Amino acid sequence: MLQTIAFYLFSGVLIGAATMVVVARNPVHSVLFLILAFFNAAGLFVLMGAEFLAMLLVVVYVGAVAVLFMFVVMMLDVDFAKLRAGFANYLPIGAAIGMVLLAELVFVLGAWSVSPALPEAMALPIPDPSQVHNTKALGLVIYDDYVYVFQASGLVLLVAMVGAIVLTLREREGVKRQSIARQVARTRAEGVAVVPVESRKGVDV
Amino acid sequence: MAIGLAHYLAVAAILFTLGVIGIFLNRKNVIVILMSIELMLLAVNINFVAFSTHLGDLVGQVFALFVLTVAAAEAAIGLAILVVYFRNRGTIEVDDINMMKG
Repeated sequence: MLQTIAFYLFSGVLIGAATMVVVARNPVHSVLFLILAFFNAAGLFVLMGAEFLAMLLVVVYVGAVAVLFMFVVMMLDVDFAKLRAGFANYLPIGAAIGMVLLAELVFVLGAWSVSPALPEAMALPIPDPSQVHNTKALGLVIYDDYVYVFQASGLVLLVAMVGAIVLTLREREGVKRQSIARQVARTRAEGVAVVPVESRKGVDV
Repeated sequence: MAIGLAHYLAVAAILFTLGVIGIFLNRKNVIVILMSIELMLLAVNINFVAFSTHLGDLVGQVFALFVLTVAAAEAAIGLAILVVYFRNRGTIEVDDINMMKG
């Protein structure tokens, strides 16, 4: 019973928040509703029994991706009202395509069944949660059977990081930068001048 | 009525549809388009995890993990491209992205 209430609460808020992401006037509100949607999706994951992925969703999506979106939305000085022009024009075609897609998905949902050969085809049965909890079960698998895919996903992240830095790094004109080589190559003759100063005269620097 | 696999699949289907509608509605705003793509990836992840937990196969959760990784990388690269584009053109309208006349 409690599970049913939790499911309808999480999925209701999730779908409501996703709708607001799409239709919100202000992109900052869109990002905030995106965060709400991710939290509720994490709730659904916990309900299904995938606690590790739920926490990962909060850490990765809310902690990294949504904050990144927030940074970019606030950093760009864009007239978002102008970008919304034509929103009403696109509404009919968007809604029509959405309805067609949803109808197709409902058909798939209705005409779908589990193959009787499933138990033999199962690659990795989930161990008993009372013996091995979800995080440990995943950890036993990822670093063992899926180590190459795991490394490849690390590589994907590395490439994304390097790509993002290369794309956004720029050399600006008129900005003083530290040059270690030049600092180290300086000699005493360049830096110090010994001037004999006459009494009561001072020096011109 | 117990909550079964079909319930989660229905939620994921609605979420995916909302993502698609979002792309069509915000055709000018790249940021919201990227957010809609995130929603669609989330729907795919819900599908993966729902099948994984209800059919008792752990591989679905492993794959959802990798989808999560790719989604994070995609968001980072997409937003970096967006920032560079904004620097060069001063706008993020999708209609203006035709410099290469491809």
